[in-house]
Amino acid sequence: MTALDGSHRTEATRHLLSIDDLDRAGIERILDRAASFAEVAGREIKKVPALRGRTVVNLFYEASTRTSSSFELAAKRLSADVVSIRAATSSVTKGESLKDTVQTLTAYDPAAIVIRSPHAGAAQLVARWTDAAVVNAGDGKHEHPTQALLDVYTLRRRLGALDGKRIWIVGDVLHSRVARSDILAFARMGAEVTVSGPPTLIPRGIEALGCSVAPTLDRLEEADVVYVLRMQNERMNEAYVPSLREYATRYQVNAARLQPHQLLMHPGPVNRGVELSADAIDSPQALIAQQVEAGVVVRMAVLYELLAGTGTAPTLETAPEAVAAA
Amino acid sequence: MSVERLFRAPATPAELLIRGAHMLDPRSGLDAPGDVLVRDGAIAEIGAPGALPVPDGADVIEGKGLHLFPAFFDPHVHLRTPGQEHKETLATGTASAAAGGYCGIVAMPNTAPTLDSAPLLGALREQAVRDARVPVGFMPAITRGLGGTDLTEMAELRDAGALGFTDDGRPVVAAGMLRRALQYQRLCGGVLALHEEDPSLSGHGVMHEGTVSARLGMEGIPSVSESTMVARDSALAAYEQGRVHFQHLSCVESVEALAAWKAAGAQVSGEASPHHLTLTDEAVLSLDSRFKMNPPLRTEADRQALIAGLRDGTIECIATDHAPHARHEKEVPFEEAPMGVTGLETAFPMLYTDLVLPGVLSLALVVERMTAGAALLDLPTPTIAVDQSANLVLLDLDASWEVGARGYASKSANSCFEGRTLRGVVRLTVAAGAVAHRAPAEVAA
Repeated sequence: MTALDGSHRTEATRHLLSIDDLDRAGIERILDRAASFAEVAGREIKKVPALRGRTVVNLFYEASTRTSSSFELAAKRLSADVVSIRAATSSVTKGESLKDTVQTLTAYDPAAIVIRSPHAGAAQLVARWTDAAVVNAGDGKHEHPTQALLDVYTLRRRLGALDGKRIWIVGDVLHSRVARSDILAFARMGAEVTVSGPPTLIPRGIEALGCSVAPTLDRLEEADVVYVLRMQNERMNEAYVPSLREYATRYQVNAARLQPHQLLMHPGPVNRGVELSADAIDSPQALIAQQVEAGVVVRMAVLYELLAGTGTAPTLETAPEAVAAA
Repeated sequence: MSVERLFRAPATPAELLIRGAHMLDPRSGLDAPGDVLVRDGAIAEIGAPGALPVPDGADVIEGKGLHLFPAFFDPHVHLRTPGQEHKETLATGTASAAAGGYCGIVAMPNTAPTLDSAPLLGALREQAVRDARVPVGFMPAITRGLGGTDLTEMAELRDAGALGFTDDGRPVVAAGMLRRALQYQRLCGGVLALHEEDPSLSGHGVMHEGTVSARLGMEGIPSVSESTMVARDSALAAYEQGRVHFQHLSCVESVEALAAWKAAGAQVSGEASPHHLTLTDEAVLSLDSRFKMNPPLRTEADRQALIAGLRDGTIECIATDHAPHARHEKEVPFEEAPMGVTGLETAFPMLYTDLVLPGVLSLALVVERMTAGAALLDLPTPTIAVDQSANLVLLDLDASWEVGARGYASKSANSCFEGRTLRGVVRLTVAAGAVAHRAPAEVAA
């Protein structure tokens, strides 16, 4: 099916709406840049003047800890002015439409709008209504491209390359935007992706994204990387699984199921004792803390790529030096 | 007692001579150039090109190079009146129909309040007699308030002019409820038009369940949510010897179920919509809410099954399911947007451009299916024949136009074909003996 390979996307570099906006080289360019920012993050003064005088708006229509705080920190470390808006405290609660909100914010001439929305395609719509670069910080169950980039970044640091690596994504794939972006990104980087979970939580037709499906964890030992998804309590109420107890019996990743050679990942927040056991979370194989750490530098790299990465803006190589000079 | 079931504003009976157009009426086998004389709103004479003299006072329309068909009939449109006049009114909806070449349309009852009582039907009739540019019929609800639990006063509604009954927009979920309606149909007549969907399967779905919904992370509406209800309700219709019509069929399984029950002798019929015949769920990859409707766009295999069903007569007619929504209502994320697309002004040109020109369906078959909806509702079929009331559409099949470039006659602009360049421009629509639409000169040029 050709239209699922991303060929329908047109605005390739101006926004980051989907992993489909990036080819392998584009992903690598961002991650290399993130690595150089990691060096900055180790310094006492962690700021780069790359986006000085420019405004980044964070527009969050959903609760978020990691994503919103890391985007805010990323923009600040690039010296941008940051406006963070949360739906619960904004005019959204007065019934203002997304379009009106975006057009209002556009009046401040932001360089970038970072948007998190409970609805698929919200970032695409925002991109239609503003001249700013738009970064999708999660839209419904559709995509979460910066999460996928930080996941690839974390794995690259550990493994060097993803080529030929077998990555299992375990759990509630149906409701997971992280899973969709990760499947696309991991496959684009050369990994073989398998999704596994109860049949009620594996969407019909998911193979079209370039992964295979395993209904049980019987072959989990094949995996080089085990990526566990969050299992939300409400799924039980919606009759997707009969009980979390049974779910944990069949699909929990724990010390008994995890092999010593395997790496463990999770996008957070973790439900301890449901999708992951405490011993697995705390094992040295777990990269969960590294994923969070990667969030800031990868989001710095994304903002840099979209706002300063081309033309006369400072290049990646000069950016850290600019800090030293400052 | 004959009850009036189509209503429109008073109009001057047409006095017209349409000269030299290629006449095509698939039922009579008429397929030749000729002259058609309309006197006092009726077809008075049909002759060879140039054979008919110009009568005094007649408007002469040069039809050379144009096509003349019986005008189209749409058994399924939403006119949003009463209650949602910001989307459409009887005036704008019938103007849209006239612009699309229709001589009759049937309005659905999912209005606010629901059309479910004779007094409300009376009020709508009055409004149609004031505002409707082409004849409009009304289908009140099967159940009060579309609630699915209490039958409307079907017999009284029929006496008040109801064409048939439908809960369109919603299924009749309880089989026992539909059975009662079928039993009542024996008393009062009128087809039951069914929107088929098992809500326990469709859930909060917003698009077809398949590879595209998997990719987009949107909740899917599986094909079986429709086809299982088509099979169930066909069985009920057969058991009660009643008559049901399946609205906007969308998938292979439904066409198969309909064909099987027809073969078994059930009185069942079906319709397909231009968007389901020309688009698939891949259009939703754009995340554009103009591609959101219920039932959803499905796969290429489903589209092909609908085309095959239309060709072999399993599906009797084409209905637009014209469903206007205001711009601000559709300019929201896909999952939030209301279901529905407009269709009256694009139906024929779209089918002509995407199905007739490439040779998928014959022109005669498309014209036949676009006029067949009338008979399903026990109304006379538009036809080009002497002594018949004039229901005619004159089209330039060589002319092209861009959808939306000149706006719409409809009050709403939520066409899924906006921006497409289509072949086929409606020059003239005559509905029930009166000119309902005449293309502006610059379009006709």
